Amino acid sequence: MTSSLTQPPDDREAFTLRRRPASEKLVDTGFRNLTIAMASLVAVILLGIILTIVMGAREAMATFGLGFLTTSAWDPVNESYGALVAIYGTLVTALLSLLIAVPLGVGTAIFITEDLIPLAFREAIGLMVELLAAIPSVVLGLWAIFVMEPTIRPVLELLHRLLGWLPLFSTNPQGPGTAPAVLILVVMILPIITAISRDALRQVPIELRQGAYGIGTTRWGAIFNIILPAAISAIIGGVMLALGRAMGETMAVTMIIGNSLNFSFSLLAPGNTIASMLANQFGEADGIQVSALMYAAVILMILTFVVNIMAQWVVRKLSLRY
Amino acid sequence: MTSPPLTSAGFERRSLYLDRSLRRNRFNLVFTIIAAVFASIAVAPLFLVIIYVLYEGFQTLSPELFTQLPPPPGLEGGGIGNAIIGTIIVTLIAALIAIPVGVGGGVYLSEYSTGGWFAQFVRFGNDVLAGVPSIISGVFVYGIVVATRIFFEQSYSAMAGGIALAILMLPTVIKTTDEGLKLVPQEMRWGAIGVGASKFVTTTQVVLPAAFTPIATGVVLAIARAAGETAPLIFTALFSPFWPDGIFNPIATMSVLIFNFAIMPYEAQNELAWGASFILVIMILAANLLARWLSNLSKV
Repeated sequence: MTSSLTQPPDDREAFTLRRRPASEKLVDTGFRNLTIAMASLVAVILLGIILTIVMGAREAMATFGLGFLTTSAWDPVNESYGALVAIYGTLVTALLSLLIAVPLGVGTAIFITEDLIPLAFREAIGLMVELLAAIPSVVLGLWAIFVMEPTIRPVLELLHRLLGWLPLFSTNPQGPGTAPAVLILVVMILPIITAISRDALRQVPIELRQGAYGIGTTRWGAIFNIILPAAISAIIGGVMLALGRAMGETMAVTMIIGNSLNFSFSLLAPGNTIASMLANQFGEADGIQVSALMYAAVILMILTFVVNIMAQWVVRKLSLRY
Repeated sequence: MTSPPLTSAGFERRSLYLDRSLRRNRFNLVFTIIAAVFASIAVAPLFLVIIYVLYEGFQTLSPELFTQLPPPPGLEGGGIGNAIIGTIIVTLIAALIAIPVGVGGGVYLSEYSTGGWFAQFVRFGNDVLAGVPSIISGVFVYGIVVATRIFFEQSYSAMAGGIALAILMLPTVIKTTDEGLKLVPQEMRWGAIGVGASKFVTTTQVVLPAAFTPIATGVVLAIARAAGETAPLIFTALFSPFWPDGIFNPIATMSVLIFNFAIMPYEAQNELAWGASFILVIMILAANLLARWLSNLSKV
């Protein structure tokens, strides 16, 4: 049979079989190896980020140890550093903004997936929420400084007057502070929660809805008892992604949080987050301050890594199989 | 309505018309209203931000805004010409790095990998990289490029800023390429291989062009996001009050200009910050609408 391939019979139209030239093979394997190299670059960058920051933080880790996490002194003159203010600020701003953004985002997602209003309106709302995600953080920060903060200050003053006995509202609002930072974070993570919840709700099989309506439930009976439980794992995954984003968000928060180095429980007082501390001080720092900032960056990275990996795990493991 | 008589089976007979006074129907109405209110609250910030940026920015619009340098603190007038050019240069550097690498990585994941541990690791790493805070990418580039003075003994440079932005763009480009290529029908690959094309020719001449629109959509979105990023630039590209001087010197960008000028106590600088926001928002919204148009194109 092999001979008939290389020497076709004369009475039939000849197929010309050609050997692949060496150059073609070279291009093929070369291209394959190039794409492998480019794909590995993701791993190289990720490892590079971890190595660079951990190596930079080694000096501060050796000097301050774990006490770095629990002391609030940030004193470049005496070279004594602790990140408690920034860690507390990062967690408080991220969690409080989630507390506000989750009901808003999931509520909006339900509103634009159920047929409460005509499709054109729902698509318009979806488009607007997507565009909100596209506005740069620094522009939101600018808006927060000049428009949002002056507008909400009377409300914050009222909070202080009525609830000033609570440690959370114990200081008089002076302008920049934790509370406006929380509100601008809400604006920034709302689109993520809405977009992921909307996708999750859309993927709930139509049979589940039909079944629920068929046995006579109301719309919100179906939403609370059938649709939300079916979509909950993806929604939780989206909420955790938003948490990671909120903890790492830098510019808008830096511009409005006040960047205070003193610890305060009050939401109305200026605060700080790890990301905004990095943005403010990294350019001008030297000596062990750079190392202390790298240490803070390590903490931020661990926090966001844990949250992001948990988000992926939640989506993969907890999703319902229909 | 008279009270319904009981049937033999023990069920109540009820009207099939909607009775709004029933508890469950009132509950239904309340939640519909709550959802509507939440949706309006979610949309409100967009309107408030856009209207304000357009209003403030429109007042600063003038030819000088595009052609002049920012004034020294305390003086009037001036423009943001250097920052506009700077944003274009830095974003271009980032795109020139991130697009080839990202498309190459995506091609590997979709066309060559067989789902082994390496491909799984790259996909996982890509998702993790997408979640890395943008400021961390700035710290990383500061550590490897700025502090080591790797480029001609220069510390802060447009190049460093471009690399930091490329790291942020990369995950988006890889992901959209990977997913765009998966949508290409398997028959097209078989057809190309069947007529004697090599794998390289199949991928570059048949598969990649077929997936052009989804990849272009992802690339446009990634560029739009990178153009507005500030955090990775403040200590890599830094800022410069002068016209750009090569890519190995500090460079002004619109996003860093907004950050620097917003917190200055001078009216003229604040106005320039609004002007820069105006241009940036218009550019980014236009890019997003372009991406949307591209993705609708591929559906038809």
